[in-house]
Amino acid sequence: MAEAFWLEEKNGEGDRLIFEAGGAWDVRHAGGLERRLRNVHPPATRNVTFDITAVERLDTAGAWLLHRVIKSFGEAGIVIEYAGVRPEHKVMLEQVAAADRPAEVPPKPSGSLVEILARLGAGTLEAVEEMRQVVGFFGRVMVVLAGTLVRPHRLRFTALVSHMEHVGFNALPIVGLLSFLIGVVLAYQGAVVLQRFGAEIFVVNLIAISVLREIGILLTAIVVAGRSGSAFAAAIGSMMVHEEVDAMRTLGLDPMEVLVLPRLLALAITMPLLAFFADMMGLLGGGIMCWAVLDIAPTVYLERLGDAVGIWSFWTGMIKAPVFGIIIAVVGCLEGFRVSGSAESVGRQTTRAVVTSLFLVIVADAMFSIFFAKVGV
Amino acid sequence: MAEPPVIRVEGIRNQFGSQVVHDGLDLEVRKAEILAIVGGSGTGKSVLLRTIVGLIRPAAGRIEVFGTDMGKAGAKERQRVETRWGLLFQDGALFSSLTVAQNVQVPMREHLDLSQPLMDDLAALKIAMAGLPPDAGSKYPSELSGGMRKRAGLARALALDPDLIFLDEPTAGLDPIGAAAFDQLIRRLQRNLGLTVVMVTHDLDTLYAVCDRIAVLAEKRVLVVGPMSEMLQVEHPWVHEYFHGPRARAAQDSLAATSVAAGGTAS
Repeated sequence: MAEAFWLEEKNGEGDRLIFEAGGAWDVRHAGGLERRLRNVHPPATRNVTFDITAVERLDTAGAWLLHRVIKSFGEAGIVIEYAGVRPEHKVMLEQVAAADRPAEVPPKPSGSLVEILARLGAGTLEAVEEMRQVVGFFGRVMVVLAGTLVRPHRLRFTALVSHMEHVGFNALPIVGLLSFLIGVVLAYQGAVVLQRFGAEIFVVNLIAISVLREIGILLTAIVVAGRSGSAFAAAIGSMMVHEEVDAMRTLGLDPMEVLVLPRLLALAITMPLLAFFADMMGLLGGGIMCWAVLDIAPTVYLERLGDAVGIWSFWTGMIKAPVFGIIIAVVGCLEGFRVSGSAESVGRQTTRAVVTSLFLVIVADAMFSIFFAKVGV
Repeated sequence: MAEPPVIRVEGIRNQFGSQVVHDGLDLEVRKAEILAIVGGSGTGKSVLLRTIVGLIRPAAGRIEVFGTDMGKAGAKERQRVETRWGLLFQDGALFSSLTVAQNVQVPMREHLDLSQPLMDDLAALKIAMAGLPPDAGSKYPSELSGGMRKRAGLARALALDPDLIFLDEPTAGLDPIGAAAFDQLIRRLQRNLGLTVVMVTHDLDTLYAVCDRIAVLAEKRVLVVGPMSEMLQVEHPWVHEYFHGPRARAAQDSLAATSVAAGGTAS
């Protein structure tokens, strides 16, 4: 027999039908066996014999397939006899029969309109709940912060400095490079348009205002949310998975004080410094481009810069920095605490940390713009 | 023993940096036996297990599984051997993004061509064989207790009807009743399915209750291999302490008590 397994029908004495099975009835041939057995239907006769003398190998998968056929025959009211069952195969068949029970099939999503609406509703509720949690978490952080201001020795100074190094100092190269490049791009794009009007000197105004007011700080916030907000969520999230946060609580340590406060303060302190660095690198990039493309000498550029922007253009950018830093830190830590159980959850919350903090940063930026416009700076 | 051993380990040397864990380690595992690997902390029990299954490459030595030299085998040969063994990690090592049933189906999906309904059936079968309730199949690992995760891990290890299973501390972290039930489960599966079982364990009750032979790791090699009765004769101080300590005596007594009780009811 060329096949690895086989099943043949033979007529026995009277109306008896004999199925002869043989070969390897194991998990490696289960796919083929299943296809073969799909063509086996309960016959019209009342008596059937299964002869499995020739079965060389029978494991649970093979035994299960055999059991399934026999069960369907039994349900059709057919009396079944076994023949040639070896002791080890008997054990296997008994084992499988003992473990047979109705499988619980989880309900499949139907994908109907109701389903879509339900998901939309659930998503909306979740978003509202998340905002509520952000506000609540922020409140708790402020309470802990106030407590620490009263008793400054409770601040984890080492952790604060370490976080400042990670989120601030280590971010300098990437923040600087990106700002420099954006300064270059702004100068170049501005030059192309303004040269047509003979107003190329206003490129300096363009660079100064956009970099100082918006781009320096926003770029910093984007880089920090991507670098540090995600890192906060992942670090706290994996601590949640390993029950480290619970361990902390049982040891009388407040996770807010130990984990959140140093991170929050580190970002609140380093964000303005990073934003300042970004501003300077943006202006440097713009200045170099002005010199290269528009022949505006550095001295002229600096002079023009002083005339073009008031000190408030600089401060409007800097005021936003600690606020954005706090938003990123609060959202990053909160999403970390929302991790539950699995490694997948860590990934999901980390993504949420970045998306939510960027969303909130831009909302806050818009509100600052309106505010500054109203007060006229 | 006429039959060739399922696993033959010869002259294994493992080292991490300057720390030598194994040096010239030999071990043979026979067909359809339950072999336990014991040893003090840091003697490299888990390292040995991981070396045999190929997660760690030894610095020297030869590992033969089912007669295939794992060091020289090509990818295809390795895969053929890999589908014939199952591994239960200490905490189950279930994929946390999949349900228990999907976890059990992962090896089937990867190595076999089966229809989804059949895979569902087989997964339910393995889950039942591992002693889990029917509703466990649709749960995620994070929703299960430690003992249930172990059983789910065992169900996944059994997915491809392996001839050989490795268990890393199968009863660690289980309560005594759960551990005894797990021992019985392993024993029963081993008998019914004709499995060869290699386990790392510290559980003296397990050693007494289910293991055919015990391999003691010490001094960077397998010091002695043999059934429990031989272990008790060994003069090596660590081995002596291990098998004659207060806990060992307690395990021995409890086993004696249960066998007497069983004998009493039988007669």
